[in-house]
Amino acid sequence: MSDIAQSVNLGDVHDHHAHDHAHEEPNFWSKYIFTTDHKMISKQFLVTAIFMGVVGMMLSVFFRLQLAWPGQGFSVLEFFLGKKWAPDGVLDANMYMSLVTIHGTIMVFFVLTGGLSGTFSNLLIPLQIGARDMASGFLNMLSYWFFAVSSLIMFSSLFIESGAASVGWTIYPPLSALPEAMPGAGLGMSLWLLSMVLFVVGSLLGSINYIVTILNLRTKGMSMTRLPLTIWAFLTTAIVGLLSFPVLFAGVLLLIMDRSFGTSFYLSDIFISGQAMEQTGGSPILFQHLFWFLGHPEVYIIILPVFGITSEVLSTMSRKPIFGYRAMIGSLLSIGFLSFLVWGHHMFVTGMNPFLGSVFVFTTLIIAIPSAVKSFNYLTTLWGGNITFSPAMLFAVGLISTFVTGGVTGIILADSALDINVHDTYFVVAHFHIVMGASAILGMFCGIYHWFPRMFGRMMNNKLGYAHFWLTFIAVYGVFFPMHFIGLGGVPRRYYSNEAFPLFDNLQHINITVSVFAIIGALAQGLFLFNFFYSMYRGKKSPQNPWNSNTLEWDAPVEHLHGNWPGELPTVHRWPYDYSKPGKDQDFVPQTVPLSPGETEH
Amino acid sequence: MSSHAAATQVKPHWGGGGVSPMGASYGKLFMWFFLVSDAFTFSGLLASYGFMRHKYTDIWPNPGHVFHHFPFYEGSIPLAYVGLMTFILIMSSVTMVLAVEAGHRNKKKEVEKWMLLTILGGLMFVGSQAWEWYNFIVGTPEGAVRNILVDGVWKDTVVHGANLKYNEYGLPVFGDFFFFITGFHGFHVFSGVVINFIIYLNVVKGTYEKRGHYEMVEKVGLYWHFVDLVWVFVFTFFYLL
Repeated sequence: MSDIAQSVNLGDVHDHHAHDHAHEEPNFWSKYIFTTDHKMISKQFLVTAIFMGVVGMMLSVFFRLQLAWPGQGFSVLEFFLGKKWAPDGVLDANMYMSLVTIHGTIMVFFVLTGGLSGTFSNLLIPLQIGARDMASGFLNMLSYWFFAVSSLIMFSSLFIESGAASVGWTIYPPLSALPEAMPGAGLGMSLWLLSMVLFVVGSLLGSINYIVTILNLRTKGMSMTRLPLTIWAFLTTAIVGLLSFPVLFAGVLLLIMDRSFGTSFYLSDIFISGQAMEQTGGSPILFQHLFWFLGHPEVYIIILPVFGITSEVLSTMSRKPIFGYRAMIGSLLSIGFLSFLVWGHHMFVTGMNPFLGSVFVFTTLIIAIPSAVKSFNYLTTLWGGNITFSPAMLFAVGLISTFVTGGVTGIILADSALDINVHDTYFVVAHFHIVMGASAILGMFCGIYHWFPRMFGRMMNNKLGYAHFWLTFIAVYGVFFPMHFIGLGGVPRRYYSNEAFPLFDNLQHINITVSVFAIIGALAQGLFLFNFFYSMYRGKKSPQNPWNSNTLEWDAPVEHLHGNWPGELPTVHRWPYDYSKPGKDQDFVPQTVPLSPGETEH
Repeated sequence: MSSHAAATQVKPHWGGGGVSPMGASYGKLFMWFFLVSDAFTFSGLLASYGFMRHKYTDIWPNPGHVFHHFPFYEGSIPLAYVGLMTFILIMSSVTMVLAVEAGHRNKKKEVEKWMLLTILGGLMFVGSQAWEWYNFIVGTPEGAVRNILVDGVWKDTVVHGANLKYNEYGLPVFGDFFFFITGFHGFHVFSGVVINFIIYLNVVKGTYEKRGHYEMVEKVGLYWHFVDLVWVFVFTFFYLL
């Protein structure tokens, strides 16, 4: 017992909790709200992300209604948006812009950055490396609370009189820098900026914590090359976040100066209603550089964690070691590194020197190599495996599909000569939604279905899971596959209505198809929501190790125990992918099992 | 078992057995990673400055013409005062090193002395920066003619000094960047002074003497050196290039 006391006493936070345990039962507030336990914080992130995800999804359905049936009234719009923003159920043009902007912001930052990394890094890092908790439980709590407050501000900005921010999720100046420019550039934009500043602070606190925990708190025997790929993915994600968010932070601070204090970092020679503005000498291109220096790594912040999650699930459910473990780590790291060298491919049409453009084409195309390494390794892991199609596994396979489909159009967009033709059309929208949006959402579902037993000690319902997967997967392709054709036809993104352009009339029926699938996909998430919350209380009790998995999180008791393991921390003797190892009685060998005599490590 | 393992202790105790690859406590690593991210914030700002500087190479104000004041001296010595304040800041880094070194020897009185000198150096720097801003804002008695917006009408007006909207010495963005980046850095220095002061109080109270080591002094030391290092870059970008 002295051993536990010793380990638990390491670090201030642990001190505090050891004290809690010895003397008082945690009450509602200290258990569910102001908790420093990583398992609870991960649930807080997940539930917040689910809430924000539902909001973001509903917004997308609202604007899809307008895109498919422009100018038509829908009582559902009037119900949710009110008479001001949907008179007679017809979506207001300014509200349309707000919906598009907030949908993008919520999905990119709140669901797939904060929600995804926050949930799974928090849950899995300490459990899979064999640590009692995060390096600093207090900073971890702060990280969630910054996220929660910024979510709240972003959500509440939907309800203000002048409407939420409506300048696009990329908040390009001059529109975003001039509150007078349009209703959604006023208070809504200010709230957006405030929310994002808090978000960045929370995300940095989280990232620092994840990195330090992974480096410093691994249990005995857990060397870097025995880490599950999830942990490698979270580590790379955290490093990429740590290096890219500060640059957005700098860019946003300058934008706030321009908006509120009359500086001219991004503004020059602007006229509003015939009146010349004071600002001179700035450059809106500067903002694009700063924004995309974050913005591009950001898409890898979104996709890398789900790469880790699917690697783990594919290997476990195929009962085979992951193919090319070190190549997987190498490709994670090289994707992370390359993500910082490609931001210019978002700016091909800003008048950049074509030579510079070709450099960005080159660096961007190089990313196809590590991405292909990952895709092939996924397929070769599946090859010849003894596959169990649990819902999580279906989502993992679905991710491979959407990632490859979206990756192919990525090659087209990376090439500046081709990109110029489809720039700012629905082709781009279709590309990034399928390669990064849908893939990451499928990967997130994969993680939720797989680790739900670890989080709540209960199983989710499989039948509902299958129905949820198939409806979601079909809807994803139903929405985004036809969207490519609209884009190739030249339809620009972010337009409220294309009725003024007769050349697009023939494409309208595709828009209807897209919207119908979007509505089906949205309704299908009801199955998930029901399954999630129902199983939380009424699901079948989960066994200790429901998937016969090797990693340490299934070694820890399911009960919510602060410090994760009641006795000594487990010692690790092997890598996490000893599935179907020849000469073993069962088809998995947990990491805690010592090597038998004569057995070699992988 | 102390909550912050001192550098001399063996690491394998951490979290029940693993080995920290850097042999550093988690608190120190936190500080290092925070500094890395902060370095990127400043890099973003200085790169923006470079972007603008490059865009207006021909008409960028000459810092030697702008910053040539020296206290109690009427004439003009370009960049002398900023040189002095840079020297003060670097000296405060030296005293911080001495405080950390005294901490390693567990000499409470010496740590107190060097911490106090570091705080003084920081305060002198912030004060000097205020003076530098003051001179930039007040400008020259002659001023320069700029076409600016007065009460909603564009007029050729004589302006003195610089603010966020106009700049006697040239482009307004020069002033914008100067105020923002030196202000952002000055805010870092000011926070550093506050943090140093809190740590100083703890030293005086004997918190770290009881703890047996002065690692907290080392951690704030890291921050302080970082702030100094950033100033060297800010100084180079604004005054020398």
